[in-house]
Amino acid sequence: MHAKLKAPKRNHEQTLPKTPTGIRGLDEITFGGLPRGRPTLVCGGAGCGKTMLSTEFLARGALQYNEPGVFMAFEETAEELAKNVASLGFDLDDLVKREKLVIDYVHLERSEIEETGEYDLEGLFLRLGYAIDSIGAKRVVLDTLEAIFSSFNNVLILRAELRRLFRWLKDKGVTAIVTAERGDGSLTRHGLEEYISDCVILLDHRVINQLSTRRMRIVKYRGSVHGTNEYPFLIDSEGISVLPITSVRLHHDVSDQRISSGVARLDTMLGGKGYYRGSSVLVSGTAGTGKSSLCAHFVDAACRRRERSLYVASEESPHQIMRNMRSIGIDLRPGVKKGLLSFHAIRPSFYSLEMHLAVLHKLINAFKPQVVVIDPITNFINEGNQIEVKAMLTRLIDLLKLNQITAMFTSLTSGANGTLEQTNIGISSLMDTWLLVRDIENINGERHRGLCVLKSRGMAHSNQIRELSLTSNGVELLDAYLGSGGFLTGTAQQMLPDRAKPASY
Amino acid sequence: MENSESKTIKSWDLRLYVAGQTPKSIVALANLRKICDEHLHDEYHIEVIDLVRNPQLARRDQILAIPTLVRSLPSPIKKIIGDLSNTEKVLLGLDVRPRS
Repeated sequence: MHAKLKAPKRNHEQTLPKTPTGIRGLDEITFGGLPRGRPTLVCGGAGCGKTMLSTEFLARGALQYNEPGVFMAFEETAEELAKNVASLGFDLDDLVKREKLVIDYVHLERSEIEETGEYDLEGLFLRLGYAIDSIGAKRVVLDTLEAIFSSFNNVLILRAELRRLFRWLKDKGVTAIVTAERGDGSLTRHGLEEYISDCVILLDHRVINQLSTRRMRIVKYRGSVHGTNEYPFLIDSEGISVLPITSVRLHHDVSDQRISSGVARLDTMLGGKGYYRGSSVLVSGTAGTGKSSLCAHFVDAACRRRERSLYVASEESPHQIMRNMRSIGIDLRPGVKKGLLSFHAIRPSFYSLEMHLAVLHKLINAFKPQVVVIDPITNFINEGNQIEVKAMLTRLIDLLKLNQITAMFTSLTSGANGTLEQTNIGISSLMDTWLLVRDIENINGERHRGLCVLKSRGMAHSNQIRELSLTSNGVELLDAYLGSGGFLTGTAQQMLPDRAKPASY
Repeated sequence: MENSESKTIKSWDLRLYVAGQTPKSIVALANLRKICDEHLHDEYHIEVIDLVRNPQLARRDQILAIPTLVRSLPSPIKKIIGDLSNTEKVLLGLDVRPRS
C-alpha cells in the first residue's frame, strides 16, 4: 500500500538529495540518509539515545564524509559530551582540535534571568551562525532545543523564533538534527513536530519481560520512501547499529552450488549432493536424537572445505560441545584454532529477541561465515510471542540468505503428544530443508533413532526413514527395514533372513 | 536598604548585548541610560556589544536573546532580557531595589 502511494513521486524522489549519516542501518532504512540541507527531528523519551545518535551523526560526518559539524548542546557540557561518546570510540576533542567540530554549550540559568519587554533570539542565530561559519559546517545538531522553553517565559516569541530558526537553517543549507523529548500523546513536549516536517525519527526504549530493547521508527520522511517499521537498534562499543536492514527487501541471489552435510549418506538422501548453498536447514526432533551431532558434522565439513562457520550455542558451552563431539569422533578444535570456527554461546534470556538478532547481525558482519549453526533455535522461541518470533526468524533467515550463508537450526520438540512434525511456530515454512530425527521403539524393546527428510526444496530427496546411529566415527545412517512387519530397526532387523533386508538407495 | 546597598557598591558594570541597530536595541539602550541616570547616578559603566560585529562574544555571557543586559558587577551575574521597558522590573532584576 505504502509503496503504491509513493510510486508517482518517483522522479521527485530521485532528485531529493540526502546526507548519509554513516550510522549502520539508518542509511538503509532511510534509503540514503537524512534530507540534505533540511532539519530532521529526532524525538524520544529520556535515555533513548537521542544524544548518541546526533553525536554519531556529527562524528561520522566529520570522519567519513569530510563534513564538519556544530553541536549545540543545551543539556550537556562539552566535557560531558566528549566523555559520553568516548566509549563509542569517537575522540571529540581531537575533532575539535582539527576544526572538524565545534561544541557550543548553551547554559541557561533560569534564576538569573529577568524578562521585561520585547526580545528575540537573534543571539542564538548569531552564535550558531558564527559556529557554522568558523569551520564551514555542513551538519548541525541542536540537543535538546526544547530546553529553551523552560528558560524563557514568552511562548509566543519562542514559537515565532523557532519557526524562523528552522527556516534559517534551511537557508544556511545545513543538514540538521533537532532533538526533543517525547510528550504525552504527542511526539514532542512542545510540539516541535509542527515546525520540522521533512523528516521525523522516533526513538523508543522499551522493557518487556524485564528485557530492554531500543527501537527506532521513521514517523515521516517527506518526498522519500522509507522503511515504516520499528527497527531495533543497538548502542555498543562501535556506536549505533540499526537492525535489521535485511527485512527491507527479499531479493537474494540463489546458488546452485551444493555443499556436504558432513554425513555421506545424508548427502545421498538429499539428491546425492547435500544442501544448497545459502539454504536454511531445520533439524527437529526429540531430546537426544543426534541433532547437535548433525550440526557438528556440518560444521566439521565446512572446516574441511576451509570455510568459516559460526556456531551459536544457547544450551551448552563451547567446551562442552567440543568434548561431547570428540566422543563421536568429531574434533572441532583444529577449526577453532585455525580461526575457521567461531563459537558464540549465549543464554537466550540474556537479551530480548531483537537484541539477539542485532547481536547475530553484528557477529555475522564481523566474522563473515559461510555456515551458521544455531543450536537450538527453540530456546529463542521461548523468549517472545509467536508473531515476534516469526518476525525475528524471518529477518534472520533473510539476513543469512542475503549473505549466501547456509544455516542450520535445531529445534527441540516434545514427542509426548505425537506432534513431532509440528514446530512451535510453524518456522518450518521458512526452511528449505527439514530433517526430522525421532526415537523409534522396536518390538525387542530397544530405542533407535530414525532420520527422514521431511522436505527439501528444489531437489529430489529420499522419502525413506533411515536409522541414525551415533558411533565413535560420527553419525552413521543405516537402512531401515520396511516390510510387512512395519518399520524394523536394530536387532529386529538382524533377525530377518538376508533376502528380506532392504536394498539401499 | 537600597541606600546602604548602593553606597557600598562603588560601580555597576553593565553590558548590553544587541544585534545591529534594531528598533528593539535602540529602545533598550535608551531605557537603560534613563534608568541608570535616575537610579545609579554616576556609579555605572555601560558597554554595548554588537553581536553582529562580534558574534564570538555571545558565548562568553551565554547570550541567546537580544537585547540582553548583563550585570557582571557586582556579582553574582544577573541577566535581563527584553527592551527594558518596565523600569520596576529592571530595578528588581539588577537588585537595585530589594524584592518584596
